[in-house]
Order: sequence, then structure tokens, then C-alpha cells
Amino acid sequence: MLLYSSITKKVLMALAGLFLVTFLCVHLGINLMLLKGDGGLMFSEAATFMGTNQVIKVFEIVLFAGFLLHILFGILVSFQNRAARPTAYACGNSSETSFFSKYMFHTGIIVFIFLVLHFIDFYFIKIGIVAPPPGIASHDFYHRTLLLFSSPWYSLLYIISFLFLGIHLNHAIQSGFQTLGWNHSKYMDAVKFIGSAYSLLITVGFSIVPLYILLSK
Amino acid sequence: MNLTLKIWRQKSATAEGQMVSYDVSGISADSSFFEMLDTLNQKLIMSGGDPVSFDHDCREGICGTCSLYINGRPHGPEKGVTTCQLHMRSFKDGDTIHIEPWRARAFPVISDLIVDRSAFDKIIQAGGYVSVNTGGVPDANTIPVPKEKSDEAFDAATCIGCGACVAACSNAAAMLFIGAKVSHLALLPQGQVEAAKRVQQMVACMDELGFGNCSNTYACEAECPKGISVSNIARMNREFLSAKLFAEKEKIIQDSL
Amino acid sequence: MTRLNARAPEGPVAEKWTAYKAGCKLVNPNNKRKLDIIVVGTGLAGASAAASLGQLGYNVKVFCYQDTPRRAHSIAAQGGINAAKNYQNDGDSAYRLFYDTIKGGDYRAREANVYRLAEVSNQIIDLCVAQGVPFAREYGGLLTNRSFGGAQVSRTFYARGQTGQQLLLGAYGALSRQIAAGNVTLYNRRDVLDMVLVDGKARGIIARNLVTGEIERHAAHAVVLANGGYGNVFFLSTNAMGSNVTPAWSAYKKGAMFANPSFTQIHPTCIPVHGDAQSKLTLMSESLRNDGRIWVPAKLKDVERLRNKEVKPSDIPESDRDYYLERRYPAFGNLVPRDVASRAAKERCDAGFGVGTTGVAVYLDFADAIKRKGHDTIDSLYGNLFQMYQQIVAESPYETPMMIYPAVHYTMGGLWVDYELMTTIPGLYAIGECNFSDHGANRLGASALMQGLADGYFVLPYTIGNYLAAEIHTPRFDPASSEFNTAAQAVTDRLKSIKNTGAKESVDHFHRRLGKIMWEYCGMARNEAGLNEALYLIAELRGEYARGVKIPGGVNEYNPELEKACRVADFIDLGELMVRDALQRSESCGGHFREEYQTSEGEALRNDDEFAFVGAWEYKGRDAAQLHREELQFKEIKLSQRSYK
Ligand SMILES: Cc1cc2nc3c(=O)[nH]c(=O)nc-3n(C[C@H](O)[C@H](O)[C@H](O)COP(=O)(O)OP(=O)(O)OC[C@H]3O[C@@H](n4cnc5c(N)ncnc54)[C@H](O)[C@@H]3O)c2cc1C
Ligand code: HEM
Ligand code: SF4
Ligand code: FES
Repeated sequence: MLLYSSITKKVLMALAGLFLVTFLCVHLGINLMLLKGDGGLMFSEAATFMGTNQVIKVFEIVLFAGFLLHILFGILVSFQNRAARPTAYACGNSSETSFFSKYMFHTGIIVFIFLVLHFIDFYFIKIGIVAPPPGIASHDFYHRTLLLFSSPWYSLLYIISFLFLGIHLNHAIQSGFQTLGWNHSKYMDAVKFIGSAYSLLITVGFSIVPLYILLSK
Repeated sequence: MNLTLKIWRQKSATAEGQMVSYDVSGISADSSFFEMLDTLNQKLIMSGGDPVSFDHDCREGICGTCSLYINGRPHGPEKGVTTCQLHMRSFKDGDTIHIEPWRARAFPVISDLIVDRSAFDKIIQAGGYVSVNTGGVPDANTIPVPKEKSDEAFDAATCIGCGACVAACSNAAAMLFIGAKVSHLALLPQGQVEAAKRVQQMVACMDELGFGNCSNTYACEAECPKGISVSNIARMNREFLSAKLFAEKEKIIQDSL
Repeated sequence: MTRLNARAPEGPVAEKWTAYKAGCKLVNPNNKRKLDIIVVGTGLAGASAAASLGQLGYNVKVFCYQDTPRRAHSIAAQGGINAAKNYQNDGDSAYRLFYDTIKGGDYRAREANVYRLAEVSNQIIDLCVAQGVPFAREYGGLLTNRSFGGAQVSRTFYARGQTGQQLLLGAYGALSRQIAAGNVTLYNRRDVLDMVLVDGKARGIIARNLVTGEIERHAAHAVVLANGGYGNVFFLSTNAMGSNVTPAWSAYKKGAMFANPSFTQIHPTCIPVHGDAQSKLTLMSESLRNDGRIWVPAKLKDVERLRNKEVKPSDIPESDRDYYLERRYPAFGNLVPRDVASRAAKERCDAGFGVGTTGVAVYLDFADAIKRKGHDTIDSLYGNLFQMYQQIVAESPYETPMMIYPAVHYTMGGLWVDYELMTTIPGLYAIGECNFSDHGANRLGASALMQGLADGYFVLPYTIGNYLAAEIHTPRFDPASSEFNTAAQAVTDRLKSIKNTGAKESVDHFHRRLGKIMWEYCGMARNEAGLNEALYLIAELRGEYARGVKIPGGVNEYNPELEKACRVADFIDLGELMVRDALQRSESCGGHFREEYQTSEGEALRNDDEFAFVGAWEYKGRDAAQLHREELQFKEIKLSQRSYK
């Protein structure tokens, strides 16, 4: 991993990141099914499909690999970057750049912490590492979700996490394109716009579910 | 104009440095930033002090020697100019101006505001040229080059090697500098022949020298005095990827004697 | 007075170079590896020479005072480079380029060298394109040209307003390639301070490491000087702050002759001086004269109103403007050679018609061109120059005419070299601006880049072999030998003696004073009384300088004031030689305008009977020099009064 050139590292990160971006889209779709007032039928069906289908199983591995790759490289790259400037400026940088682009590591770490919680709460239960809360079956994601979001604190944490993910993605999507060399004067503005719109969609989309559950209580 | 200057002073590469405050007065708004520093230095020399060392040569924005980090920005507050082209009319009477050297692991400080940028030479030596010998080349008009390509190559080729991109980058990355050279040559038929080899060697050299990775914050483009576009970085990434994926493996053939 | 012989081959001028190449001695590749060559300078001349010699297999050491070779002042050249390609089908040829260069130089250059220059010019363009130099092109993909002063054909190749930069980066690339290959070793941030001679031959140099202050010795079988021009003797010039004459001057002091030192080019289109703190002048490329029209008000009353800002330049009606170049030189108009354009500007300003707050400036107006060609075309041609101007002056040339005034730009004089580019010291070569060879008394625009690259890429690699062929049995030199010891000691002593802390004034103070003297008495116009006055003033200045300069810091550390102090000491001595040379030359020619010798219309009046020679000076102690002559024979070209009417 250390031996990869700087560009290779970034390219792998970008590929993994952009893959995660598409995954987020699928995840969001399933989440939004919660909003359908059918007592979680459709949502559970989708969750079951995702949990049992063999193709999805393979994808799951890819997904984990993607997370791992992205996170490990993210951390590695960030440390290397820090090492590239051992002495800081006395007068901080005031160049005109997008503000959040400098905090990818920080937003990434916040997302990471959330991911760990998220895993404990759902995935670990599913695979049986962690025992489900009393009264809920280990594959019953619907009620599990309702339970979690009934706590305003959890919901707040969830929403804040997605706010940071949104911030991460706002820079990340166009950055990923640039890293892969997909920068063209004709399309770059569109890419930037779509990237921002998409990250907004992710933040808003994922936040709707807890808000809906909180408000409909 | 009267100004307060806070300047990084460091006697030699190994000495400790610190920010030191100076006052200058009676500066004309029409004089250049360096003429202002000249005035300070004359004052320091006459009063038995040690003048501030800074790199400069052409004083017209083309040689790329000058390298000051002024108030948190390489080459100061104006867009698209070098430090030597900066004029005092860009500041206000009574301002405090912070002046620091470029900061990067690959650019160690030599003295005060002077840094060693020979890392850039090494990167060019790693392949930033077309391998043609003096003599034996075809007539200049043998290969037509589309004007658009040629103009784009020229835009990339106007890099002056100042290092402001590295200084501005939060990761001290040199991607804009290298992207500019890789693009300049990759855009021209003359440079395409060895494009795959060039980009790989230059990137490897860049990594070895301890520059950071690119986070695409685009601070480099914002501070580049020649307005080199980050699309050159994308082009380099493209060139690099396709070289890694598709370029023929180099065969080492022993010359029979 | 001895007569110098350039040792050009016999035969018709067009065949000399071919004959030379066929007859010169060669060094076989195995032997080249055993031969060391030092190249001082990494400008177009030095970088191209070092790269080409390294490629041939010689062991090359190259020196520059900047942190990297790419920053040599060639980088600043804007306008373009000439070549006789005749791509425009407008009647160009090597002969015509040769003819224009000789005529432009006011018949004070050596025919054989100039013809060779014109002959190899085309190869330069071919090579540079192959290196990836992005010259301007037509939509069809082929190279385009622009016109430059002193020529009626379009033969100048250019890369927007940054031709020198692009050419130098090409040469720097070639040099980098040889450095990577191990054929060339780079010594950056080195100040070359002296030459070392062993048995009368150049065998090495003494350099100061500018970072550590260490005095270094470097030995070689031959030394090539490419240290650029000495325009900074005027303090204010378009040269870089660090440009200096020291390597060439130290060669002069060791026996190399210095030719035509007074031949200085004052460039007509520079940004005028703004005040006392000014440290350098900025050139606005001559290519601007292609589209800009130069004028001053025809009425003194308008001058007054403009200066008081009561009216804008655009308010002055056509009829009240004096387009003095178009008026005086209808055939060439705004494109007359530089010396002519500069003097005409001075003449108008001296007569009180100058504009700007100081009254020493004329207008260069683009209003007509913008109307004719459109804003975008003008922008694509001169955008970066306009931007540069606006940055310095805070006015937009799109809206109001530029203000320009002549400034010191180029020095035609330099070390005397023969046909092989060797100085009068065997094994010591001089190339690029630091020799005197090709431009006579006035250089045409876009010819210096051509000459630097011709010397480095295509001439020196042949001629140096002719010398080194006899050196293959000479073993590598020991830099610890007595000759090196003596020279290194002399440099150390000199540095110590210059660093006299008791003195009151700084180096810049003396440099400014020297500059004022030179500009006043040995600038655009000279006369006997003024030159004598200058001799006196310089002697006085030198006396003061010898008594001490205020230099902070130590000798063994990074010390820019000490660097400057050595350079200024040499400039003072050079200044004196320039004045002597100007006094000696009782005629006007090219950039050398002696007020006593002019036609009734104020044009330069040559004296071919007595002064058709190169004046080469031999060092005879600190304030003495002896003049030698190289008679110029014009076999191809008939001498005539230059006329651009
Ligand atoms: C602003 C400007 C614009 C110009 N525009 C044009 C143009 O459009 N067309 C044209 O043909 N010509 C032009 N010229 C002239 C032309 O650029 C120069 O004559 C030419 O580039 C000189 O090249 P050179 O290699 O001889 O010297 P330079 O490029 O000046 O290089 C000198 C080298 O010597 C080294 N050196 C000097 N002193 C020392 C020392 N003491 N120790 C060690 N190294 C030393 C320097 O480091 C440098 O590497 C222009 C000149 C200027 C100033
Ligand atoms: C769903 C979760 C995530 C998605 C969709 C995502 C997506 C992306 C994308 C597309 C990029 C741009 C890559 C590039 O510039 O080439 C990126 C950059 C980055 N990501 Fe993530 N990421 C996620 C989670 C994380 C996590 C958990 C970390 C943990 C450290 C992280 C750290 C980073 C860092 C540091 C960068 C910037 C790298 C750089 O350019 O310097 N990301 N991310
Ligand atoms: S890319 Fe721009 S900022 Fe970077 S070295 Fe080149 S000119 Fe300077
Ligand atoms: S001094 Fe040359 S670019 Fe600033």
C-alpha cells in the first residue's frame, strides 16, 4: 500500500469512494421505503432481499473492501500530506479554495465513527455478533429502525453524521472525477453542480427518515 | 505609506528561525513590493543590522525566482502576479504585512525567506523533456500541430517553476507544476512519443522527494501567478493511468558489442 | 597596436562554414569522455552549449548564480527569434538575413560570423520545435511569423510574448536530460569570480558557493563563458538584478580582449522610470511596434494640458499629434531599428514634447489597431504584455495609450572572439551576449536569441572540438596546483578587502551613482566633453569605492551584499573602459551616437575610412588599457549610409 504512487493511491481512493457514492444511492432508496405507510412491508422485503441474495452478498464484500480501502488510504494519504509540510506557516493560508476541501479527513473520521455505530446497531446484529435488543428479531430491521429513531438523540446524531457526509461528498464527487482525470472544460462545471446536488440529496434524503419517524410519533 | 512588517528571520538552514517585526516608512504606493524591501534593507544595512535575504532576479514576473508568502498567500494578495510584480498600491497605509518563506518538506529554508527548490530540477531531470539530440531533426513544419492543441500546450508551458502551487497547497503537493510539464509535452506530437514513460518517471520522482498528494483543493490554481489550470493535473492523472494500465512494458535489450 | 585576426576560412562567405566543418579536427568518442569542459552560464547560449557538449560525450560542468538553470535572464526575452525559413514566401533567404543583420549593425560586424549565423538559423527552429517549444501556429497547424524592426520580411518566430522563456525551457530540458544522463554536472548558486590559466591556456575557474560562501576550484580542458550581457553597468536596465560582467571581466583581466565595450543598445519601448526607489526597468516587447503607433503631441500647449491631466491622450485630435517615426521614416515607420527609434524619442522629449508626469515618455497607441483588428486579436497578440504594463503602471493600454521610454537593454560589446568563438586566451570561449561577435554597433530585434542558440547548439560544438583534438593527451588538471592556489587566494583576498565595515555607503549607493554617470554621458548620445567628464567622475567614484563599502554579514555565509559588491567593483572598471571606447570612436554608428558626428538631419554619421574596425581592448593594469584593431572587410556587402526613410 505504501509502495503505490501518490496518484495510484488517490485513484484507488476515488474509485472506492465513487463506488460508495453509488451504494449510498441504493441505501437511500431502501431507507425511503420506510416512509411508505405499509407497516414496513416493502422495506422489510427489500432488506431481506439485500440480506439473502447471493449477488448482493458478493457486492457486500466489495463494499466492505471499498470502505476499508477508502478509509485506509484516506488515513495514509492524510498523514503523508501532513508530513509534507513539517513547519506550519505563522500566518494561516488564506487562498481562495473551497473551505471544506481542507477538512476531508475530519469529515471522513466523523463519518467513520458513525459507520462503526451503524454497524454495531444493524450489521453486527444481523450477523449475530451483537445480540438484538429484547423483543426484536435479529433480522427485523423495520422495528429496530423505529426503535432507534424514536430516540431524538440518536436521530440528531444520525442527521449530523449525514450532514458531515454531505460536506464530505460535496467536495468528494468532483474531486473523484478530477482524480480519475475526468476533467473537461465543457463538463467540469456540470460535474461540480451535480456533485453538490447529489450530496445535498444524500443529506436531506437520509435525514427525512428519522425526522418523519420523530414527527409522526 | 508606513507599514509594519513581520518577517521570518533564519540565519541558515540549520539555525532556528522566528518572526521579527520591522517598521518602514515613506514608501511610495507606486513602488514595487521588492523596492519596499530594498528600502528596509538599506535601512538595516546603514544601521549596522543584517538585511533580509529573499530570492529575486528578473523582477518582471518571468524567471520564477521570487517566492514570498505574504499574509497567508504565496505572491501576496493580487491574483495572477508574482511577488516581484506586486505593487504597494495593493496595501493600505498602516497595514501589517506578514512575510514568510515557502513551507514544504521538499523546499528546505536556506536563509530567511530563501528556500531550496532544486527538487523541481530533479523532477524535470526525471523526464520533463523530449529526448531529441542537437542535430538530425526534421524540418519544423513537417508535423502540423492543431493550433488549439499548440495553444493549450503553450498555456501549460508558461509555468515559471516558482513553487507557489506547492506553497499554497495544504499538502505541499507539486501536482500543478508537474501536471503543467506533463501536459505541455503530452499535447504536442513531439512529446507524445515518450509520454507514457515521462509521466511515470516524473510522478515517481515527485513522490520520492516528499511532496504531498493532491486533495484537489485547487489552492494551487488560485495562487499560480501564471494561471495554470488544474485541468492539467487531470490530464496528468489520465496520462498516468493509461500509462500504468496500457503502456508497453519496457524491454531492456542488451546492446551487443 | 596589433591587428587581430579572426581566422575565418578563406573563400566566398556562403561557403566558409561548410569549408570549416569539413576541415576542422574531430575528437573521437572515447577521448571526449576524458575531456572536461566548464560552461559558465545557463542562458540560451550556456544551456544549449552544455547540453550539446554533454550529448557529444564531453564531461561538462555548468554554472549559474541562480538556484536553477531555468532562471537565466534569457527567460525574459519576449518578442521572438529570427530565422530565414521563408515560410511566408516573402523573399527571405539566409543571404537576406545576413544582409539585414550587417546593415542593422551599422556595418560594424564581421561578415563571416554573421553569415554563419544566418545559415544555421533554420536549424534552430527545427530543433526547438522537436524539443516541444510551442511556437505560434496558423489554424492549418503550421508555424506563423511576425515582423520585427529593421526587416522588410516576416521572419520572426514567437511564442506569444514569452519566446525567450519557451526557448530557454527547451534548452533547459535538453540540459536536464544530459544532467540526468550524468554527462553534465550542475553547479547552481555559484558566483564565478575568476579564471585560472595554466601555461597561458584557460584551465579552470574559481567560484564562490553563494550559500556557504566557500571558495571552490574547478579545473577543465576548456572554459566557455556564457554569462550574458553587462547592461547593469547602468544600474537601471531591463536585465535581471543579478546580471553581471564578472566572469567576462575576470577573463579580460587575465588577457582576453574586450571588444567594442561602448556599443550598448537602448531599447525604445520600456516602461518609463517612476521614482528614486526604482530598482529595474521593464521592457515592453518591440513586437508592440507592429501594431502600436508612437506619437507625442505636436503642440507644447497640449503637452502642458496632458501633464496637468486637463485632457486625456484620446482627446488630442489626429491633426495635433506628431507620429514622429512615421513622419521621419515613411518606409519603415514605427518599425525602424531600435537605435533610431530610441534617439527619436529622446529627441522629442529633449525638445519638450515628452508626456507623463516626468516628461520623459512618449505614447504607444493601440487605438487604431484595436479598431482595425478587434480587441480579441490584439489581446491574443499582446495580452500578457498589456497585463504586465497594467500591473506596473495601473493603466490599461486598451483604454489609454501606453507610455514608453528607451532603456538600456542589450550590450553588443563583449569579449572579442575569433571565427571559432575563442577569445584571445587559448581554450577560453565566449558565446551568447557576453561575446561581441554578430551584432556590430546595433542588434536587430529577435537576433540575440538566434545568436545564443546558434553559438551553443550549432557552432561551438564544432569549433571547440578543433581545439580539444590537440588536448586529448593532456591529463585532468589538479585543482590543488599552484595556479589554482594563487587564483583562489587572490579571490579570497579580494573578498576580504572589499568587506570593509568602516565605510559609510552601501553597494547600491555606488551602483546608482555609476548608473547615473553612464546614462548621462555614455548613454543614447555621447560627446567628447561629456565622456571626459565621465572619466573623471568614474575615477572619483572608484576612489571612494576603494576606501570602503558598507557590507554587513560575513564572507563565509550567504551574503548578497558581498555578491553585489564584487559585481559593482567590476562594473566601475568596465564603465571606465566603455567611456574610453566611446571616446576613441570618433564617429557615430548604431547605438553609439556621438553628437559631433551627425548628418544635418540628425542621423548617425559613420566614418568608414577610419573606423571600420572592431576595437578590442587589452588589460594593462587597473586604469590602463591598450586598443587593438580587427579591420572589418566587407566583401559581400557594400557599405552605405543606413537609411530607413
Ligand atoms: C527583457 C529582455 C527582452 C529581450 N527580448 C529579446 C527578443 O525578443 N529577441 C531576442 O532575440 N533577444 C531578446 N533579448 C536579448 C536576449 O534575451 C539576450 O541577449 C540573450 O537571452 C542572452 O542569452 P545568454 O545566454 O547570453 O545570457 P543569459 O540568458 O543572460 O544567461 C547568463 C547566464 O550566466 C550566468 N552567470 C552570469 N554571471 C555569472 C557569474 N558571475 N557566475 C556564474 N554564473 C553567472 C547566469 O546565471 C545565467 O545562467 C531580450 C533581453 C531582455 C533583457
Ligand atoms: C459513505 C462514505 C464515504 C464516501 C461515499 C466517500 C467518498 C469519497 C470520495 C468520492 C472522495 C474523493 C476521492 C478523490 O479525491 O479522489 C473521498 C475523499 C476522501 N475521503 Fe471519503 N468517502 C466516504 C467515507 C470516508 C471515510 C469513512 C473516511 C475516513 C477517514 C474518508 C476519508 C476521505 C478522505 C481523507 C478523502 C480526501 C482524500 C484526499 O483527497 O486527500 N471518507 N471520499
Ligand atoms: S504551476 Fe504556477 S505556481 Fe506552480 S510552479 Fe508553475 S507557475 Fe508557479
Ligand atoms: S523575480 Fe523573476 S519572477 Fe519575480
